[in-house]
Amino acid sequence: MSEFIDRGGQEVIGVARVEGPIVVVDGAGSVGYDEVVEVFDSRGRVRRGRVLEVGEDVAVVEVFAGTTGLSIDDTRVRFLGQPLRIPVTEEMLGRIFDGMGTPIDGGPEPLADHYADINGQPINPTARVYPRDYIQTGISAIDGMNTLVMGQKLPIFSGSGLPHDQLAAQIVRQATLGAPVGETPTQAAEFVIVFAAMGVKHDVAAYFRDSFAESGALTRVAMFLNLADDPPVERLVTPRVALTLAEYLAFERQMHVLVILTDMTNYCEALRQISNIRGEVPSRKGYPGYLYSDLASIYERTGRIKTSKGSITQLPILTMPNDDITHPVPDLTGYITEGQIVLSRDLAYQGIYPPIAVLPSLSRLMKDGIGEGRTRADHSHLSAQLYASYAHVQDVRALASVIGEEELSTVDRQYLEFGRAFEQEFVNQGPTENRTIEETLNIGWRLLSILPPEELTRVSPDEIQQYYRK
Amino acid sequence: MSWQIGTVTWINGPVVRARGSRQVSMLEVVEVGDEHLVGEVIGLEGDIITIQVYEETSGMRPGAPVYGTGMPLSVELGPGLLRSIFDGIQRPLPVLEMRSGSFIGRGVHLTPLYRKDRWQFTPRVKAGDYVTGGSILGTVPETPALEHRVLVPPDLEGTLTWVAPAGEYTIDEPIARLRTENGEQELTMLQRWPVRRPRPYRSRLAPAEPLITGQRVLDTFFPLAKGGAAAIPGGFGAGKTVAQHQIAKWADAQVVVYIGCGERGNEMTEVLQEFPELVDPRSGRPLMERTVLIANTSNMPVAAREASIYTGITIAEYYRDMGYHVALMADSTSRWAEALREISGRLEEMPAEEGYPAYLAARLAEFYERAGYVETLNGERGSVSIIGAVSPPGGDFSEPVTQHTKRFIRCFWALDKALASARHFPSVNWLESYSEYVDDMADWWREQVERDWQTMRGQAMTILTEESRLERIVKLVGPDALPDEQRLILETARLLREGFLQQSALDEVDAYSPVQKQIRMLDLILHFHQRAQRIIKRGALIVMIHDLPVVNKLMRMKTLVANDQLEKLDDIRRELDEQMDQLEAEYR
Repeated sequence: MSEFIDRGGQEVIGVARVEGPIVVVDGAGSVGYDEVVEVFDSRGRVRRGRVLEVGEDVAVVEVFAGTTGLSIDDTRVRFLGQPLRIPVTEEMLGRIFDGMGTPIDGGPEPLADHYADINGQPINPTARVYPRDYIQTGISAIDGMNTLVMGQKLPIFSGSGLPHDQLAAQIVRQATLGAPVGETPTQAAEFVIVFAAMGVKHDVAAYFRDSFAESGALTRVAMFLNLADDPPVERLVTPRVALTLAEYLAFERQMHVLVILTDMTNYCEALRQISNIRGEVPSRKGYPGYLYSDLASIYERTGRIKTSKGSITQLPILTMPNDDITHPVPDLTGYITEGQIVLSRDLAYQGIYPPIAVLPSLSRLMKDGIGEGRTRADHSHLSAQLYASYAHVQDVRALASVIGEEELSTVDRQYLEFGRAFEQEFVNQGPTENRTIEETLNIGWRLLSILPPEELTRVSPDEIQQYYRK
Repeated sequence: MSWQIGTVTWINGPVVRARGSRQVSMLEVVEVGDEHLVGEVIGLEGDIITIQVYEETSGMRPGAPVYGTGMPLSVELGPGLLRSIFDGIQRPLPVLEMRSGSFIGRGVHLTPLYRKDRWQFTPRVKAGDYVTGGSILGTVPETPALEHRVLVPPDLEGTLTWVAPAGEYTIDEPIARLRTENGEQELTMLQRWPVRRPRPYRSRLAPAEPLITGQRVLDTFFPLAKGGAAAIPGGFGAGKTVAQHQIAKWADAQVVVYIGCGERGNEMTEVLQEFPELVDPRSGRPLMERTVLIANTSNMPVAAREASIYTGITIAEYYRDMGYHVALMADSTSRWAEALREISGRLEEMPAEEGYPAYLAARLAEFYERAGYVETLNGERGSVSIIGAVSPPGGDFSEPVTQHTKRFIRCFWALDKALASARHFPSVNWLESYSEYVDDMADWWREQVERDWQTMRGQAMTILTEESRLERIVKLVGPDALPDEQRLILETARLLREGFLQQSALDEVDAYSPVQKQIRMLDLILHFHQRAQRIIKRGALIVMIHDLPVVNKLMRMKTLVANDQLEKLDDIRRELDEQMDQLEAEYR
């Protein structure tokens, strides 16, 4: 039987049931929904957990570090009476933490005046500022075709074995606040980076750390690492801890924050695991019905607000199981985020880096972040034309594979040439190559000039006059 | 206002159980905990009350008090709704921002409509008049774009004993006194109506005129009737939201209710910043003056998402009852269905398909049936048209929400990922979409544009259908293997697709296409086809047709010809005839 002892926080000795990372505690008095608990095993070692469900004298608790070593009688559970909070301060930049926000770099606990609830609160839509300032990443397939805007959430949809880490690292290295063609970008806007790893391998975390170090960015990065061999339940907390810091930096300290979350698929799997153990009704592929709302509570913590100059831009990375974009994780993500950058295995096999599949990729905020006074007046038409022409290339390729290239009309052969050049010269670039927006747009026009001008119906005759070069 | 009716015994996210009074009624609004979080009773069993809470329940404990209000979930109706933005339970977001800052706080109680504004009321009745539910007491210029008609609440009738003289009143000052069977009652401009109960009307009328959206593929090919219901299903990135925004901007409705249900925060902000700037082509006034926004973004509490749809439709019905045409957009109904699923799951109800509760179809039907073209209680004509976005998982239309929705709508605008990838917008797939209103709308078109729209539409559809058949052959053998007559079909279909169906939401001219322009553009393309057909029969080659300079003009006429210079289309027609005549002369 459980026994109740009052000692500061409410404490209960003995639990009723242990299953996976879930502990059911009987005999707890007044426990708050979502409050934090400390769980002690028989040797007094502590781990933290969170209340998932409460009844009159029963509480269901998820234990972040797992329940290994917990017994029915000897486990003590202390309820702390408040939701999970972490300290937030600028000093956390340059530091490395575990998935729960505890330092693991040997340094001291950060000293902070502020403690913030990791669940955050929804931003009032009327308090938001619609994001319109573009970020120059130096990568043509992004800047030219799927422009990233400050305050946007733009995930990278990848597959195992594809260079999503390199791409994210390159974006972090090269990102600057964009400027119109002909003006020099302002260096003022330097990004700070909040990096959250969920269930990724040690090598991947090390790769990012080294890459931040090489580019001299390490002092403006806060890393939260929940690695593959760390407890899966902690993964549910890691992105929230990271975003809580990001919100503080962006909205209290007026900084521009770039948040990298990798890998969201691991996060969702942890969520499924918990849901499964709780015996919840599953929806697609065993994921809980609230996966959409849960992901939204992470992704929506992005943007700009009126009361701060700062911004949060999110670049979540997820690997699509079996490269399937209709899998619930990429699917629900795509419904919440403002577009997606899709990586393609085919392009990667052809040695193209970054292997960005331009057609399924999209940036929803691009339309208001480009054009005259932002990038260049022709940008919107140019990218629409490149999309349309490259989409037609796919049809021509399908046809060529049946009837052979020789049988194609002259125009269709030009399309094939355009398609090859587009992949090799526009999409393809070096991992350290940092193209200006002007270079990107000019490459686009040079490639369009492979096609006859009559084919270019998305650009205006004036633009053809100005930029088309045979 | 509220009194304790029980204490909390169990908490699981937005679902809370309490033990207490047996007098609480189903769907009554209750307030939970010391913070008085708003909730609604969704289940009763003995003395156990099940409540869905519209705010985050983090930190709530068993033993917390529950207060009853004796009222079902209701909205406030009256002047001041237009230009507003509310959350799912009608809290005004700008006021919430003043009260709790950039982030939405908990337990903030606000009146939906601002009490201190004074509105210029002009009576239309006088003391001694006998009035019934829906009668117009007077009018208020709510915005320069819309006259607000103050109605007698639907369930009242009697003789007016006093009517306020013309002048400025706040919404809770009396403007009339009514002697009813149950005694005398004061009437104000403010009314309440329970959101889950449809507002009454006198009779339903058959749909007879289209809701013009200025979007060619919708108006010309798949028209929605005023008072009809349409669904826009599409995977992510297919352009649902842009399509919804386009309709909200350009639809010829007098009032637009836009419900952002479980969608992105930035999108609502975009609407908030854009609509006050955009001008309604009909009234010449900012679009915001005819718009009510309901925003429950994806990270706001899920139970309020469920309520947001009802809040929106009740406001829409209120304006309908004044005799207006109202268009309601719900983006996205799938998120609403998921909210149902989430609540149902927490109640441990037996799931039907894909975890959705078995009553999903019934709820969808109730919602879509609140659309309609009606004769109102006061004999006016008004309508509510519903346009619901659907977000099928994986873009797969066989999933339960899309399938059930299809049973209750008559207009299906299927968005296509492949078209979207090729940046063909709006990405409405012309082979998969349908409108059951086509026959009903034919008379309207005949009166408006004096053309046989239905026949022209039929011809264009035939060409597009034929194209898809030919495309399958082309994929196998290449276009050169087709005879020139068939290649002409491909050529005309390309004109239809790129020159007509594609429409840029971002282009100043092209964003909105008046029906006159639509029908004349379609006429030109069909005219091109007929002439070209004749010439090809005489032996001309398809390349000669393809190379005619006018083809490029036809492709670009949507942007070249401004909406107020439609006579330029005649110039293009002349040019077309000249070039065709010339070619024809060579093959006599």
